[in-house]
Amino acid sequence: MADLNSTFLGITSPNPFWLASAPPTDKAYNVNRAFEAGWGGAVWKTLGEDPPIVNVSGPRYGAIHSNERRVIGFNNIELITDRPLQVNLDEIRQVKRDWPDRALVVSLMLPMNEQTWAQYLPMIEDTGCDGVELNFGCPHGMSERGMGSAVGQVPEYIQMATEWAKKHARTPVIIKLTPNVTNIVPPARAARAGGADGVSLINTINSIMRVDYDTLTMWPATDGQGTHGGYCGPAVKPIALNMVAEIARNPETAGLPVSGIGGITDWRDAVDFLALGASNVQVCTAAMVYGFKIIDDLVQGLSDFLDDKGMASVSDLVGKAVPSVTDWQYLNLNYVEKAHIDQDLCISCGRCHVVCEDTSHQAISHTVNGVRRFEVNDAECVGCNLCTSVCPVDGCITMRPMTSGVDPRTGQKITSEKRNWTEHPNNPMCNS
Amino acid sequence: MATHLPGSPLSQSELEENFSDIHPPLSRSEALIEADRCYFCYDAPCTAACPTDIDIPGFIQQIRSDNIRGSARTILSANIMGGMCARVCPTEVLCEQDCVRNTHEDKPVVIGLLQRYATDPVIQSGKQLFPRKADSGRRVAVVGAGPAGLSCAHRLSTLGHRVDLFDGQEKLGGLNEYGIAAYKTVDEFAQREVQYILDVGGIERQPGRLGGDLTLDHLLGNYDAVFLGVGLGDVNNLGLDGEDTAGVVDAVEYIAELRQADDLGELAVGQNVLVIGGGMTAIDVAVQSRKLGAGQVTIAYRRGPEQMNASRHEQDYARTQGVVIRHWLSPRELQVTDNRVAGMLMDRTRLGPDGSPEPSGETVTLPADVVFKAIGQQLHWNQLADARDALATERNRIKVDDQRRTSHQRIWAGGDCVAGGEDLTVSAVQDGKLAAHSIDDYLRQNHG
Ligand SMILES: Cc1cc2nc3c(=O)[nH]c(=O)nc-3n(C[C@H](O)[C@H](O)[C@H](O)COP(=O)(O)OP(=O)(O)OC[C@H]3O[C@@H](n4cnc5c(N)ncnc54)[C@H](O)[C@@H]3O)c2cc1C
Ligand SMILES: Cc1cc2nc3c(=O)[nH]c(=O)nc-3n(C[C@H](O)[C@H](O)[C@H](O)COP(=O)(O)O)c2cc1C
Ligand code: SF4
Repeated sequence: MADLNSTFLGITSPNPFWLASAPPTDKAYNVNRAFEAGWGGAVWKTLGEDPPIVNVSGPRYGAIHSNERRVIGFNNIELITDRPLQVNLDEIRQVKRDWPDRALVVSLMLPMNEQTWAQYLPMIEDTGCDGVELNFGCPHGMSERGMGSAVGQVPEYIQMATEWAKKHARTPVIIKLTPNVTNIVPPARAARAGGADGVSLINTINSIMRVDYDTLTMWPATDGQGTHGGYCGPAVKPIALNMVAEIARNPETAGLPVSGIGGITDWRDAVDFLALGASNVQVCTAAMVYGFKIIDDLVQGLSDFLDDKGMASVSDLVGKAVPSVTDWQYLNLNYVEKAHIDQDLCISCGRCHVVCEDTSHQAISHTVNGVRRFEVNDAECVGCNLCTSVCPVDGCITMRPMTSGVDPRTGQKITSEKRNWTEHPNNPMCNS
Repeated sequence: MATHLPGSPLSQSELEENFSDIHPPLSRSEALIEADRCYFCYDAPCTAACPTDIDIPGFIQQIRSDNIRGSARTILSANIMGGMCARVCPTEVLCEQDCVRNTHEDKPVVIGLLQRYATDPVIQSGKQLFPRKADSGRRVAVVGAGPAGLSCAHRLSTLGHRVDLFDGQEKLGGLNEYGIAAYKTVDEFAQREVQYILDVGGIERQPGRLGGDLTLDHLLGNYDAVFLGVGLGDVNNLGLDGEDTAGVVDAVEYIAELRQADDLGELAVGQNVLVIGGGMTAIDVAVQSRKLGAGQVTIAYRRGPEQMNASRHEQDYARTQGVVIRHWLSPRELQVTDNRVAGMLMDRTRLGPDGSPEPSGETVTLPADVVFKAIGQQLHWNQLADARDALATERNRIKVDDQRRTSHQRIWAGGDCVAGGEDLTVSAVQDGKLAAHSIDDYLRQNHG
């Protein structure tokens, strides 16, 4: 059995699954239930200055569903905690006392002046919490007040606030980054320059869910008007993975500890984040959609996976896939794959044919000798992976590398020699 | 029928339960989940298997996108009786048989139920989806208001022609109203659908029955074209002595009586029901007899299960209703006691050298207080003498070409009354539609 014990910035937890700062960690009642269910840690719902903020009393959430009403994407306009500071601090203290083996980190959002940080950080750490996470990510409401993503979008502010925090905190400081930037590296670099112990990402993405088709107003709305919210859930995972990988592979940020967040629903999602460089992961939407019980699948799935891979602990997995992420210009342009359709598995739906015909390279037949039959014509197939993406039968269409002979599409001999764009004759910048 | 028999032994609530919707409609969430199972195939095999060529992946995609009216439009543009077909088509041998999900997981998308989900709201609301073209000034007589005639009339109307509709029955709809099993089309659906079709406008019902007060000559003299959708008004006889004995009953007539009954409890029900035949009518009369409370119900068919016209699915359903199906039995002699049928002496049959069943020499007697004749119907030539004189026939039905033109230049025909059809509601609808387009071409070419 693989060891799921996790250490992040020196903070230990029995597994690498923490609940992200959000409604599931809003108060002791929720966090106690989460720890009973088996969650390794929690980042407490973001605290702010007293008096507490006020939330709307209408819909905070909106969802995009599949037809089976699975939640694919989720959005919210909830602000930080709306409970008095002291209530939160008392509860945090008690929870940490009751669950000494779990990670308990407190999320924090404060105005941009050092005195406030100097005043609040000791109060928070006095609860016995294991660390603090600075919320520079919330993209709605708080950002209008110069906090949250308004800070996270300006690397200089991140660095400044991180420096204040490091100056006044004893425990590890995590900077939670906003994805509402064009390049995640400068904010991460700023956090590192400010002395951050690690970063967590992503927070939510600016989003409007849809309009109401009857009233033609934004949906969801508060008394007829809406405001953009933060998007999360399965739909945002690919965006989050890219940002995590960018930090992991960029020389200026490589090695900065990362807590991966965004759309994690089952153990495979966690494997994605860990392999692309995160040291642990945080979950919000999946818990909000299915309840805390999903931790069983997360823990057991990851554990079985590590066993299958012969890995003794989570840290063996961390970053494994990072070397495989590179720039487009370094991809091997001599490498050739062709689609292959397993006729025994094919159910003859014809989806591959029509998409290749309409939108790709006209490489799949629909009849052979007058009979409905779908076959790949290697002389046209560019290996794009579209047919495999749309085929409803798992494993029916596979991409197979060509290892010898001639590519019938280009007439080029297959070679094991690599050649990327920087070396390609069509590249005007290439002098070889 | 045989009035010596008592009414149903079942209570009103049992009867109600037995004759309730056999496949209740899908809820919205069931429909959305099922719609998601459709793979949106290219050149979809289900569409190819639908006699009316409904764009099935197209209408399912519209269900998925919550455009139910659009979905209904897609269906009804190909098949104006998409609502009835959703209920009565043997989908297991049509669209659903060819669903690629069968290959994938042995469970097709339930196309029929989705089709019903899409069409019910439109029939309910009465919302008309097809505008009529400008009046062509041409008039067409449609004889018979079953699926073939109504489909033809509706399409002709949308193409801009005026239609006079003749039907010998009190209610329109043909076998939709008088024949289809009651539990397939509950809540007066047949009449609601007929009304929806007529509401397109341009179609007028006229009194008269061809062969009665109406002649083909009269129609040809007063209309630009004539469509015949008269169905099969006559039943085949067993050819035995004593067929008019009390208790020997024409199955189609009994079903019609059942469909029109205000109180199912008053229908005469046998204790020992013997059904002779192997088609849909045999199955339907047997099943409905059971649902009415008949004691023993046996279908006797002169060939094996594979040759039965009723699909496997229909046979299985009958069995679940307690119907016994016996093969390789052919009626030989009615047994009569006190002027009532008491049983049937039957030959055990076997496959003869020419492929048809022949007596094996063995016999068996089945007791029966009711014998239903369900060995097929035929054209009511007595009523259609002038049509018989005017039109070429084939295998005792009206001969038509692929556009449903008869041998007469201004007469078209479709549905059960023509040769080479499937004897299904859906194929009758297709015939009517094809004929309408052919008539339209003819009228516009010849009267431009
Ligand atoms: C008991 C039974 C059950 C069936 N179940 C199914 C089923 O589940 N699914 C399925 O797909 N099919 C079923 N069928 C077959 C289906 O009902 C027919 O194929 C279909 O109704 C044929 O349509 P039609 O318009 O050709 O004829 P019909 O429906 O028979 O309509 C003919 C119309 O013409 C009128 N008419 C006849 N003669 C004249 C005349 N001389 N003058 C004026 N009007 C006239 C009649 O009154 C009638 O309204 C069943 C048939 C029967 C008998
Ligand atoms: C309703 C809701 C409230 C949230 N509130 C906070 C918050 O107070 N502080 C914070 O740092 N992130 C907050 N988040 C962001 C989540 O912690 C997390 O970063 C984001 O939802 C992406 O992860 P997920 O896809 O697992 O939900 C909130 C998210 C949701 C859905
Ligand atoms: S890989 Fe792309 S080009 Fe090749 S057959 Fe599939 S869809 Fe067509």
